[in-house]
Amino acid sequence: MSLILTTKNIFKNFEAIKAADNINVDIESNSTVGLIGSNGAGKTTFLNIITGYITPDSGEVYFEGRRITGTTPRQITHLGIYRSFQIPQIFDSMTAEQNLTISASIAIGHQANKQHLRASERSLITLVKNSMDQFQLGEYRTQLAGNLPEGVRKLLDIAMSLVMKPKLLLLDEPTSGLSADEKFNIMDMVMTAVRSKKIAVLFVEHDMEIIKKYTDRTLAFYNGQILADGTTNEVLAKKEVREHVLGNV
Amino acid sequence: MDSLLAILIDGLVYSSWLFIIAVGLTLIYGVMKILNIAHGSLYSLGAYTAASLTGLWLSLGYAPMGSFLVMLLSAVLVGAVFGPIIERGLLRFMYGRDEIVLVLVTYALFLILEDVIKIVWGVNPYFLYQPYSLLGSFEILNLTYPNYNLLLCIVAIIIGLVLTWLLQKTKQGKILIAVIHDREMASAQGVHVGKVYFLTFTLGATLAALGGVLTAPMISVQPGIGAETIVLAFAVVVIGGLGSLPGAALAAIMVGLVRASAVHLVPDLDLFSVYLVMATVLIFRPKGLFVTQEQRKI
Amino acid sequence: MKDQTYTYITGAAIFLLFLGQVMPKWAVFLATVSLCYGTIVLGMILLVRNGLVSFGHGLYYCLGAYAAGTLRPFWGNSELLVMLAAAIFLTAAVAFILGFLLRKYRDIFFAMLSLAFSMILYGLLSKNAALGSTDGFNVYVDTILGVPLTDFEDPRYVIFGITILGAWISCMLMHRYLKSDKGKLAEAIRDNELRVEYLGANVSTIIHFNYVISAVLAGIGGALMAISIGHIDPEMSYWTTSGEFVFITILAGSGSVIAPFLGAFIFETIRSFAYEYSPNTWQMLLGITMLVVIVFLPNGLWSLFAKIHKKINQ
Repeated sequence: MSLILTTKNIFKNFEAIKAADNINVDIESNSTVGLIGSNGAGKTTFLNIITGYITPDSGEVYFEGRRITGTTPRQITHLGIYRSFQIPQIFDSMTAEQNLTISASIAIGHQANKQHLRASERSLITLVKNSMDQFQLGEYRTQLAGNLPEGVRKLLDIAMSLVMKPKLLLLDEPTSGLSADEKFNIMDMVMTAVRSKKIAVLFVEHDMEIIKKYTDRTLAFYNGQILADGTTNEVLAKKEVREHVLGNV
Repeated sequence: MDSLLAILIDGLVYSSWLFIIAVGLTLIYGVMKILNIAHGSLYSLGAYTAASLTGLWLSLGYAPMGSFLVMLLSAVLVGAVFGPIIERGLLRFMYGRDEIVLVLVTYALFLILEDVIKIVWGVNPYFLYQPYSLLGSFEILNLTYPNYNLLLCIVAIIIGLVLTWLLQKTKQGKILIAVIHDREMASAQGVHVGKVYFLTFTLGATLAALGGVLTAPMISVQPGIGAETIVLAFAVVVIGGLGSLPGAALAAIMVGLVRASAVHLVPDLDLFSVYLVMATVLIFRPKGLFVTQEQRKI
Repeated sequence: MKDQTYTYITGAAIFLLFLGQVMPKWAVFLATVSLCYGTIVLGMILLVRNGLVSFGHGLYYCLGAYAAGTLRPFWGNSELLVMLAAAIFLTAAVAFILGFLLRKYRDIFFAMLSLAFSMILYGLLSKNAALGSTDGFNVYVDTILGVPLTDFEDPRYVIFGITILGAWISCMLMHRYLKSDKGKLAEAIRDNELRVEYLGANVSTIIHFNYVISAVLAGIGGALMAISIGHIDPEMSYWTTSGEFVFITILAGSGSVIAPFLGAFIFETIRSFAYEYSPNTWQMLLGITMLVVIVFLPNGLWSLFAKIHKKINQ
C-alpha cells in the first residue's frame, strides 16, 4: 500500500507545554487509523498541524509525497484533506440543507469552476441530496443547525467534510458527548461512506469500544509523544497505554 | 530649536489631554468589553455642566480659585448621575451580546444624549475662559504658556498613577483584573460581576466628564464637541490596544507628538495625522500596541 | 415559493417614475435622497451579511460625490455619465487598496478602522482650499449623454429618473449576487469563518470583493446625491454621516435588497418632518428607535415585513 500522509520529526511547544515532541507517523491510503490519548496529549494539535492551522516549530508534513508544512487550511482542502471538529463547526443560522449546500458549492467552486454553470448546479443538488440520504439528515433538512441536537450537529459537521470525496478525512472526537446508541449509529454511517469512497481516515477518539470496532491500527499519544503505534489490539494491550491512556493498570 | 521645543511642549500638553479623554473609554472596554460611543456625550455633559456651574460660581462673586473645585465637582456630579442611570437603566440588559451590537447601543445612547444636551443648554455656545488664565503663565525660551496646560499634564499623570495603583494594589483593583481576565471564573469565585461593572462604568463616565470639564475653559462649548472628541479618543485607545491603560498612555504620547509636529510643520495634515498614526500602527499591530492577537481554539 | 423580488423592484421603479410626474417638488427631493441613501445601505447590508458593520462608509459616499463634483472645475467636463463612471472608478480603486488591510479585521476593529479612514478623508478635504475646505462647493451637470441639460424641459425630473435607474440597476444586480453561490458565502462567513476556510473557500478574498462592491455602491449613492442636490462638502465623510448609514442599516435589516430603500425612505421622511417641527429632538428619536429595533427587531424592520407577508400567504 502507498503512503498518503507522513509526518517527520514534528515538534511544537506552547510555552512550557510540549504539544508535539518528535511525532513521526505514516498513514497508508485507504486505511483507518485511531488516535487515542488523555486530554492534553496533543491529539488535536496534531490534526491542527496536519491541516496547517498551526505551524510546527520544526519538522515536516508530507501528503502524497509532497511537502505541505505551512500550507493553510484552505489550500489543504484543495489537496483533498478534510476534517471535522470536536465542537461541530457548522453554520448555526442556516438549515441543515443550506449547510451542506454551502459545503458542496465551495467544493464544486474550486474543483471545476470552468464547468458550465447549469451542470454544476445540477450536480450541487445531487451532491446535497446524496449526502442527506447517506447520513439520514432528511428529517432535519429545514431546521436551523443551531437548534439541532448535539448528535445531529456532529453528524452534519462530518457530512459537510464528506460532501465531496476527500482523500484523507480527519475526525476530531466524532462521538464525544453522545449516547452509546448514537455513537455506533453515527460511526456506522460514517464508516460505510468512507469505505465505499475508499477514503483514508485518521480519527481522534476516547471511546475504546469505538476504537476496537472501527480501526485496525491505533496511535497512542502521551505528552506530545507517540507512546505506541501498531495494530489496535496490540496497542490497547500495552502496559504504558493502559497506564497513561486508559487509566487502568 | 525653538520650534522643536514648541512641538515638544504642545505635543505633551495635547498628549495629556488625549489621555484624559481616552482613559475612561479604555477602562470601560477592558472590563466590560463595551466600546462606548456615548463617552463623547458624557464628555460634552461634563463640559456643559462645568460651564454652567462654574459660570454661576463666578457670577455670584465667590473666590475665583474655587472654580477648580466647582469644575471637579461638576465631573463627579455628571459621572455619579449619568453613570448609574446608563449602566443600570440600559447597558445591563445588553451584557453578553456581540461587541458590535454594544457599540450600536452606545451609538443610540450618544444620539439621545446629544439631544438631551440641546434641550437643556440650547444650541448657542457657552464660554468658560476664566479658569484658563487664572493660573498665570510660564515662559521658556521666549515661548509663553499658560499654567493651565501644566495643570492638564499633572492631572493626566495623577489619573494614570491613581488608576495603576487602584488596579494593582487594592483589593477592588485585583477583583477588577480578575473580571477582565475571566468573567465566568471571577463570577464562580463569588465576585459580584454586576457590582464591578456598575463601579467601572461610573468611574469611566466620571473620567469622560472630567475630560469635558477640563476642556471647557479652552474651547467654546457647543453641540458637536462630543462627536469630535470621541473619534480622537477611539483612535488613542485603538492604537494603544483596547482595554490597555499603558497602551492608552503611550498612544496618547505618540499621537500628541505627531499631531503637534503636523500643526507646526504641515498644518494641512493636522487632523489627518492622528488617523494616519492609527492606520500605521494597526497595519503592524492589528490589535494595537499592547494587545496580542490570539488564535481561536478548535 | 417563486422569488418575486425582481418584479417588485422593477414595479416600484416604474411606479416611482410615474409618480415623479405628479409629486410636488419636496416629495421628489425626498424620494431622490431616499434612493441615494438606499443604494449606499444596499452595500452596507452586504457587509452586514459578512458580519461586518462599517462606521466609515461616508468615505466612499464622499469620494463618489467629490469624484463626480470635481470633474467640471478640474477637467472641464461634467457629462453625467462620466461623473458616475469617475465615482465608480475612484471608489473601486480606493476600496481595492484599503481592502487589503481591512479584510483582516472583524467586529469593532473593522468598524473603527473604517471610521479612521473616513476621518482621514474628512481631515484632508476640510483643509483643502482648492476644494472649498469645510464649505465644499457646488456641483453642476452640463450634459446628459451629450445633450445639454438646458435642452431638457424638466432637468430635475430627468435627474430623478437617472437616480431611479441607478438604484434599480444596483438593486437588481445585488439581488442576483446575493442569490448566487458566492453571494451566499457571506452569511456562512458571518456564522463560522473558520469552517468556510476549512471547506476550501478564501474568506479574505470574499470579504475584500464584497467590500469593494459596497464601496462602489456608496460611491454611486454619493455621486447621485451630488448631482441631485448640487452641493458637496467634507461633512459627507464625517463619522456621523456614516452613523446615519449604520442607523438605516440596522433599522432596515439585511433580509432583502428592498429593505435598505424602505429604511432610507422612513429615515428621510422622519428627518424632513423632524427638521421642520422639532430639530432638537430628531437625534433623540433616532436613538430611541435604534434601541427599540436592537431589542425587539434584531433583524430589522424587514423581518417584521417578512413575518406579515408569510402570515398573509398562509
